[in-house]
Amino acid sequence: MTSNSHLERILERGEFAVTSECGPPRGADPEVIRKKGGLLKGYVDAVNVTDNQTSVVRMSSFASCILLKEMGFDPILQMVCRDRNRISLQSDILGAAALGINNILCLTGDHQKFGDHSTAKNVFDMDSIQLIQTVKWMRDDGKFLGGEELKGVPKLFIGAAANPFADPFEIRVPRLAKKVTAGVQFIQTQCIYNMDKFDQWMAMVRDRGLHERVHILAGVTPFKSVGMARYMKNMVPGMDVPDEYIERLKGVDKENQAGEGIKICVESIQRLRTIEGVHGVHIMAIEWEEKVPEIVKQVGLHPRPSA
Amino acid sequence: MIVANRKPLDEIEEMIKGYQKIILVGCNECVTVCAVGGEKEVGILASELKLSRKKDGKEIEIKEVVLERQCDHEYIEQLRPFVDEYEAILSMACGAGIQFVAEKYRGKPVLPAVNTSFLGVTEEQGIWVERCQGCGNCVLDRTGGICPIARCSKSLLNGPCGGSTDGKCEIDKEIDCGWQLIIDRLKELGQLDRYEEITPVKDWTTSRDGGPRKRVREDLKL
Ligand code: SF4
Ligand code: SF4
Repeated sequence: MTSNSHLERILERGEFAVTSECGPPRGADPEVIRKKGGLLKGYVDAVNVTDNQTSVVRMSSFASCILLKEMGFDPILQMVCRDRNRISLQSDILGAAALGINNILCLTGDHQKFGDHSTAKNVFDMDSIQLIQTVKWMRDDGKFLGGEELKGVPKLFIGAAANPFADPFEIRVPRLAKKVTAGVQFIQTQCIYNMDKFDQWMAMVRDRGLHERVHILAGVTPFKSVGMARYMKNMVPGMDVPDEYIERLKGVDKENQAGEGIKICVESIQRLRTIEGVHGVHIMAIEWEEKVPEIVKQVGLHPRPSA
Repeated sequence: MIVANRKPLDEIEEMIKGYQKIILVGCNECVTVCAVGGEKEVGILASELKLSRKKDGKEIEIKEVVLERQCDHEYIEQLRPFVDEYEAILSMACGAGIQFVAEKYRGKPVLPAVNTSFLGVTEEQGIWVERCQGCGNCVLDRTGGICPIARCSKSLLNGPCGGSTDGKCEIDKEIDCGWQLIIDRLKELGQLDRYEEITPVKDWTTSRDGGPRKRVREDLKL
């Protein structure tokens, strides 16, 4: 064990992990986080807290993680490279560890162009791979990037994202390999809808033995409606939604589409569980957190191990 | 070359609204090549300014000059004989040239007529694109001759990010993803294996982060 992470413990024991996501509010009200947390409590092993996702300003991931920690969660601090340089990133890593945050998810971050402050100056002093290296260096070598010794190392379980469907095709697996070399311990993937393609990606991952060096948590997102499925297919970059799902959702009445979406999600998780090298599932149900318990129960992953 | 853009006419007019006699000075180097501040553009801007003053029933005297360069003392000196006859200098050179003129003629307001934008190339007739950000520590040998600092919207040294789609950058479908270009070129060169080398965090002291930069060649100093 490299940390006190509950998630790490579960994965190291070889149990199938369940994680989910919590988006902080656009304001200072802590109740929003507590309410979302309340919906997920007991159904997941760890919760990701997004860091100003899509460059829209929200309550900080750090503060929201602490609110969840107070509720007994094992939060995963998402950290993007867009807004902070190496001084600030290292400082937040130390602060998070001091306050008992055990997991970090290292991301590049969306460009500020998409957000509500598109005239901002961005930082990108480092990228996600260098951030993984940095956390590992601080934890395992006990040093700052600048070379000085740390007094008290941050015991963090290190995660990152991967998109099995991303362009360019040639580097889909090499990019994961780079993250593994940098020191990543768990990966949460982009939402998976195209199972055949994901199967192919996993086969390539296994060919290089990467599945034995990193825990892969397969990402899923339930469709709320056929409209959402179409939007994901056409508007979200790097998202691969096969037509069969759109047809299937179109085939049911409007009021039953959400239920059908949940059914599709449950079937997906059942299939993902059978794939060698998939060690868990990451359920992203943004602003639909109340459905996570239902999904977890239906796939037979409830109750969650307590320690 | 250094690529710039002409400022909008009303912004320039606002800058010079208190003056009746100005020098409009172009430059024969980069801004001529990118068609923003050479002889032709100096002529056009002078006519536009005069015409617009005339419409308001006012006048302006403009002395049109084009210097060989505005980034060398000897050429800027050519303004000296008549500079005192004018109230202000409006320059169409890059930001470096404009500042050098201002340093020399401290008593005169020196105003920018262009927005200096980037170090780039003429991709096609009438199209200029950015290629370098002068980071001071070139990595092109490792990236297939394509700059990750200037051509990736996030200056990633271990790209691409998750937003790369069909060869385009997440910020704009019209902008090529720099990392797709790097990977394509590494493939062409038979060096795709280099992709898996991790580039560590960059030392930015040679870039603007190290403060204003200076280069001295002792052997060339007088
Ligand atoms: S690596 Fe630096 S010097 Fe080389 S092209 Fe890019 S910005 Fe310019
Ligand atoms: S899409 Fe490509 S060019 Fe744009 S930020 Fe990502 S890696 Fe850089």
